[in-house]
Amino acid sequence: MDIDPRGPRFGALITLVVFAVVLITGSVWLLAAQGLVFAAGSLLGMRRSPYGLLYRWLVRPRLGPPKELEPEAPPRFAQGTGLLISVIGVIGYGTGVTALGMAAAAAGLIAAFLNGVFGLCLGCEMYLLIRRIWPGRQVTDAGRI
Amino acid sequence: MTAGLIVCVAALVVATAAGLTWRQRNGRMRPVAAGQATAGGTGARQVTAGRAVTGTRRSRRTTGAEPAGRSTGAGLSTGAGPDLTVAELGGPLGSRATLLQFSSAFCAPCGATRRVLAEVAGMTDGVAHLEIDAESHLELVRRLDVRRTPTVFVLGPDGRIAHRASGQPRKADVIAALGEVT
Repeated sequence: MDIDPRGPRFGALITLVVFAVVLITGSVWLLAAQGLVFAAGSLLGMRRSPYGLLYRWLVRPRLGPPKELEPEAPPRFAQGTGLLISVIGVIGYGTGVTALGMAAAAAGLIAAFLNGVFGLCLGCEMYLLIRRIWPGRQVTDAGRI
Repeated sequence: MTAGLIVCVAALVVATAAGLTWRQRNGRMRPVAAGQATAGGTGARQVTAGRAVTGTRRSRRTTGAEPAGRSTGAGLSTGAGPDLTVAELGGPLGSRATLLQFSSAFCAPCGATRRVLAEVAGMTDGVAHLEIDAESHLELVRRLDVRRTPTVFVLGPDGRIAHRASGQPRKADVIAALGEVT
């Protein structure tokens, strides 16, 4: 399914602000809430995630139609990596290992910044690197001889 | 609180620097010297013979039609033969040049890259556009050290890699790279 690429960019900018507030306040609850947003984006799809709904209701009507659409799968995959980072951060802040929490929140902030400001989807870039190291169930080149 | 603020500012600085660097390098066509194209030299050649390649956009040619120079055998100097065989490419080389694109499932710019390369191939005689699914060709991905999708290779008529770009290349850069190959 193809979506308006400005939706995920808008969501990344909100995510950026949330991670910054998490770092400054050290709020484990806010980070957990962001984790739920990531879970919604990953499981329900970008357009039904809270930030996606905000975009559709508040931002999209003020903008023109998108110049081109993009596939939904890449940002949706990246939401999953964001969820992983949030879980690690919640574990860090929640168990008192604040350095772990901060490291996770900083990683999330950098990824959200690159996505929102530059349009670089770091979570998507991880995909091929993960596949190179861990091919999973996919038949590899060598296996197909 | 103070530590968190410092980390926050540091992360923003790192992200800005990384983003500017990325924008500078993304999609830039880099020339590749002969023999430097592959990560593991000719060692991976044994996997090529008679193997069916899927996931490409063009029908493949019989293995008998491989370019001359292929039969120099593994273990000889890396500059002797093509970096990629027809069996690996899954389609015939263009008579002048081939635009080879590696794509993956979670890749937003792959579609736009496909359109650019198809357009260039369509308006230039003897230039083929081939697309390979990186995930189902991990052996090749490792050998050519493909780390991102899209990664685009410009191959000469002999199947040797002349240029490569990570990320979506600009149309003008693709045309310029083609001009240097032929």
